[in-house]
Amino acid sequence: MPTEKPHWWHRILSKTVLLKIALPIIIIISWQVLSVLIDNEFILPSIGSVLYVLSKPFADILGSGSLVGNAMISLGRVLIGFFIAAMLAIPLGIGMARNGKVHDFFDSTIQVFRPIPPLAWVPLALAWFRIGLLSMVFIIAIGAFFPILLNTLDGVKSIKKTWIEVAHTLGAKERQVLVKVILPGAAPTIWTGLRVGFGIAWMCVVAAEMMPGTNSGIGYLIITSYNWGQVQVIIAGIIVIGIIGLGIDYLFKIVETKKFMWRELDR
Amino acid sequence: MTLTVENISKEFEQRDVRSPALKSIHLEFEEKEFICVLGPSGCGKTTLLRIIAGLENPTSGTVLIDGEVVTGPTSRTAMIFQDYSLFPWRTVLDNIAFGLEMKGIGEEERHKMAGHYLDLIGLCGFGKNFPYELSGGMRQRVAVARALAIDPSVLLMDEPFGALDAQTRNMLQKQLLEIWDKTKKTVIFVTHSVDEAVFMADRIVVLTSRPGTIKEVVTIDLPRPRDRTSQDFAKVRRYVLGLIDEQQFTQ
Repeated sequence: MPTEKPHWWHRILSKTVLLKIALPIIIIISWQVLSVLIDNEFILPSIGSVLYVLSKPFADILGSGSLVGNAMISLGRVLIGFFIAAMLAIPLGIGMARNGKVHDFFDSTIQVFRPIPPLAWVPLALAWFRIGLLSMVFIIAIGAFFPILLNTLDGVKSIKKTWIEVAHTLGAKERQVLVKVILPGAAPTIWTGLRVGFGIAWMCVVAAEMMPGTNSGIGYLIITSYNWGQVQVIIAGIIVIGIIGLGIDYLFKIVETKKFMWRELDR
Repeated sequence: MTLTVENISKEFEQRDVRSPALKSIHLEFEEKEFICVLGPSGCGKTTLLRIIAGLENPTSGTVLIDGEVVTGPTSRTAMIFQDYSLFPWRTVLDNIAFGLEMKGIGEEERHKMAGHYLDLIGLCGFGKNFPYELSGGMRQRVAVARALAIDPSVLLMDEPFGALDAQTRNMLQKQLLEIWDKTKKTVIFVTHSVDEAVFMADRIVVLTSRPGTIKEVVTIDLPRPRDRTSQDFAKVRRYVLGLIDEQQFTQ
C-alpha cells in the first residue's frame, strides 16, 4: 500500500462503522434498562449475570457440564450428521446433473421431501432410533442434505459445456473429466451448499438436543437451565450458539475467498 | 498425416423436425496446410469443425485421419474455442499442462514441457498467473499453447479471434502464423472474416449458407508474410468477398 494508513480512531469514527455498531449498542442499552425496570432475574437477567456465566465457559453448570464442553459435544454431532449428508448429497447431485435418467428417477421424490422441516422428523426419529446419537444425527443429516444436494446439482449444471469438450479433445477420460473438470468447476457452488447446509445442521442439533431424554449438548444445557429458572444461562447458551455458528460460517467464507476467487473474477 | 472429410452431411433433429446443417462436404487436407473455412453465420462451419474434432457425429459420411475413422475426440486433433475455455481454477502453466496431465506425465516433467509452450506464445513469466489476470488476447494464446502441448497433427480453431478487438486480432493473426511456421501443424481455422481468411490461409473453403455446401475452394498464392495493403491482396479479397455476396443475393 503506497498511501498512509489512517489512524484507527479515524476508522472508528467513520460513518459506516458507527452505523454498523449502532444497533448492537441500542440493544445492549435497552436490555440493561429493561432488566433494571423489570427487576426479575427469572424473566430478564442483567447483562452482568450473563457476562458472569460467559466469563467461566469451562465451569460446570447445574451438574450438566460446562458451556464449552456441551458446545463441543453439539459440534461433534453436527460434524457426523453433516459428513453423512455431504457424502450422500454430493455424489447424488453430480449423478443427477450429469444423467437425465438419474435425475428423473430421484427428482419427484426429492421435491416431496424437500419442503418438510427437519424437526418434523423428530417423532419419527425417536420411534425408529430411540433417544440418542443416532436420532440426532438423522435429523442433522436431513437438515444439511437438501442445501448440499441442490447446490451441487446447480453447480454441476452450470459448468461450461466447452470445458468438458476441451478436456475430451485433450485426451481426458470420463473419470478424469469428473475429477479434473466437473468437481473443481462446481466446487465453489458445492462449497456454498456445504456452508448453508452446515448452518442448518447447527440449527438442527440445538433443537434435536432439546428432545426429552437427551443428557448433553448445548441445546440440553439450555432446556435444563429453563427447567431450573436459570435464564442467564439460557441467554449465555444462545450467545455461544450464535458465536460458534458465526465462527464456522466465517471459516467457510475464508476458504471461499481464498480458493474460489476465480468464480467472481472469471468473466 | 492425412486428413480426409468424406461426403459429410449433418442433420439436426429438433422436435421431429429435421433441419440439414451440412450437405455433401468433401475435402482433403494436406500436411502442414493452413485452411480457412469461411461462410455466413449459421452455415454449419462450426459443425464441420466439431465433426472433425470428433465432438459430433455426422449423419452420413466419415472423417479419416491417417486412414482411421474418427468416432470421438482423439489426441491427433486439438480444438480451440472462441471463448478460450481455459480452466479458471488452474494457473496458466497448469492449463497448458492439462493434456499432459491426462496422459499421466509427472508434474515436474509436464511443467517443463508446458514451459516450452509458454515461451512459444511469448508469455514466459505468466505461468503462475490465473486466466482472469490476463487480457483476452493473452488468454487465447494460452488456449493455443494448451492445444499445442499435446502435440496434435491438426489444430482446429473455431473463430478464435472473434471476440477480440481489431488491433489484438491482427497481432494474434501474425503470432499464430509464426507459431504455425515453427510447429508446422495442419490448421483448420473457421472464420467469418474474409480479410482474416485471405491473410492467413493457403486455401479458403467457402461455404454456402444453410445447409452448408462447398461453394468454392480458393487457393491463395500470395507470398508470405502478406501485405494487407497490397493490390494483389485487395484483388484476392475482392474475389472472395464476391463469392460470399453472390450467395447472399441468390438466397
